[in-house]
Amino acid sequence: MPLLDVTDLRTYFHTRDGVTRAVDGVDFRLERGETLGIVGESGSGKSVTCYSIMGLIPQPPGRIESGTAVFDGVDLLHCKPAQARAIRGKRVAMIFQDPMTSLNPYMRISDQLIEPLLIHERISRRDALRRGLEALEAVGINDAAKRIHHHPHEFSGGMRQRVMIAMALITRPELLIADEPTTALDVTVQAQILELIKAMQKELGMAVIFITHDLGVVSGLCDRVQVMYAGRIVESADTRTLFQAPRHPYTRALQRSIPSMQPKGKDLYTIPGLPPDLSRPSIGCAFAPRCESAADTCLASDPKLAEIVPGHAQACLRVQAGTL
Amino acid sequence: MNTDPAKTGTVLEIRDVRTHFPVTAGFLRKRLVGTVKAVDGVTLSVGRGEVLGLVGESGCGKSTLARTIMNLVPATGGTVVLNGRNLSQSNARELRAGRREMQMVFQDPYASLNPRLTVFEALSEPLLVHKVCPASEVPARVSGLMRTVGLAPRFLKKYPHEFSGGQRQRIAIARALALEPRVIIADEPVSALDVSIQAQILNLLSQLCGQMNLSLMFIAHDLSVVRHISDRVAVMYLGRIVELGGAEDVIDRPQHPYTRALVSAIPTPDPDVERRRQRIVLAGDPPSPLNPPRGCAFHTRCAHVREQCRAAIPPLAVHAGREVACIRIGEF
Repeated sequence: MPLLDVTDLRTYFHTRDGVTRAVDGVDFRLERGETLGIVGESGSGKSVTCYSIMGLIPQPPGRIESGTAVFDGVDLLHCKPAQARAIRGKRVAMIFQDPMTSLNPYMRISDQLIEPLLIHERISRRDALRRGLEALEAVGINDAAKRIHHHPHEFSGGMRQRVMIAMALITRPELLIADEPTTALDVTVQAQILELIKAMQKELGMAVIFITHDLGVVSGLCDRVQVMYAGRIVESADTRTLFQAPRHPYTRALQRSIPSMQPKGKDLYTIPGLPPDLSRPSIGCAFAPRCESAADTCLASDPKLAEIVPGHAQACLRVQAGTL
Repeated sequence: MNTDPAKTGTVLEIRDVRTHFPVTAGFLRKRLVGTVKAVDGVTLSVGRGEVLGLVGESGCGKSTLARTIMNLVPATGGTVVLNGRNLSQSNARELRAGRREMQMVFQDPYASLNPRLTVFEALSEPLLVHKVCPASEVPARVSGLMRTVGLAPRFLKKYPHEFSGGQRQRIAIARALALEPRVIIADEPVSALDVSIQAQILNLLSQLCGQMNLSLMFIAHDLSVVRHISDRVAVMYLGRIVELGGAEDVIDRPQHPYTRALVSAIPTPDPDVERRRQRIVLAGDPPSPLNPPRGCAFHTRCAHVREQCRAAIPPLAVHAGREVACIRIGEF
């Protein structure tokens, strides 16, 4: 049984300007200990997918229209609130992009760090603090015994992200969802944080969902990658296959537009046009208007994610029909 | 591609520029408690039609340097020479004329355009302020600018919020081009954009430099972007240049220990390369510019540090076809 099984997840936002279909039918599975990368541009629905699983979608305007997210036998979207609370924050933890805004500036690190323990475990404050101290040491904060009593503003960006990771991992979760955890950081600090996540994963044996727009970050970290476009998964494969033999035209185009993959002195490859407006109804493949290989069939019928070889699924109608 | 500024003529030259900010404490009686040396003795030149990339981590002073060159922040010392005119000693009027020849594009196209002005108003403002052409010619010139940056003139009556991030950055570039400058300073112009949009803006900037013989100072923290667009690259650490040379030399064969660490930290979009590589992971954060380390500022994180590194600030010296500021260069 997979650790997490998401089926037909649809999260829409009902606003005055209409209904935005941020996530529009997402299916994926995650095994224990596996690292899954979710890649896509802004607005592709990668964050909303994970926020839906974590119950962090503001409702209204958001609404989960359909789907299930079964974590170890419990459907997080339809179970009793108490059941979900026992899982979220304890067995599934999340870290966010911006360590500047995701820590409470009024609370000492010690208090926010041990909060999950006090909520989820029968533990004395003293023991919780001891575990908090160990957690800070584990993520590489020097002088943790003193630093634990500081406030967030006394830490640098990279150090705050370490505190966030310590806080997320303090309950020893089975799944960590990391939403662009290194986007706000410098490359040298990003390298430190990625190494840290890898090391902690090895130690705890947890599964990781890593959301990013940076294909480079994914390539060294993830076992499997899925690419999202306009609220849907367009391609899913193991990391090596996805980088070396991508099939979906969007994945290929995305890969071709990375500067480091292209010869210097020539124009960079660009994807023409803009991502679609998700509040407008669309028929056919959402990428078709920007796709070099689009045919009439692409505009007529809705593509579905299907396996082309075991473990490699993609959602291009022409690839599925064997004409591309 | 022009790599030698001597051959092509230097357009912008900055010599020993320093920008220090006083740090004060106390409420009524302010007292000086320290100085942040954001930029501390930077010498650079940009040739005609050349793209100079400036890289470094946040807090290294690259944006402050750009703002100092534009005189948005007063320099503490040093000179900025634009087309043979010393801007550091200019009066207000000369400075205004200098600004015409040097324009800036900022990182965040959401914040750098006035939300209350239509695109037409935003683009015509510099033309009217600097009296570039008679008022009757303004509409034609504005339409021309729009076409230059790849936008349809029919968008002129729209407001910035009606555009996407990439389109806004095009408008910001059009505004910078309105006065036909010789130099554009672009401070992280693509950092806020998605990969596919980023490529469009990079292409536009390189085309403009090629066609209009425009010089570009391109500031970014993404080395692969800088390598692609730049002729030469300068690497900054804590207010100083630590390595300066041809873009491919510096990024493909870095010499300074800091540049090496920076290059090795970039994740590559190739799983095989990524799994094989040995990464130099720097320990800790960059030191505070308020209290910089003695001697070489990088010595606190450097793997090759020796006693003499702590003694004096290393000067830039020629090594392997570029300039490097490390006294142990060639020893490792």
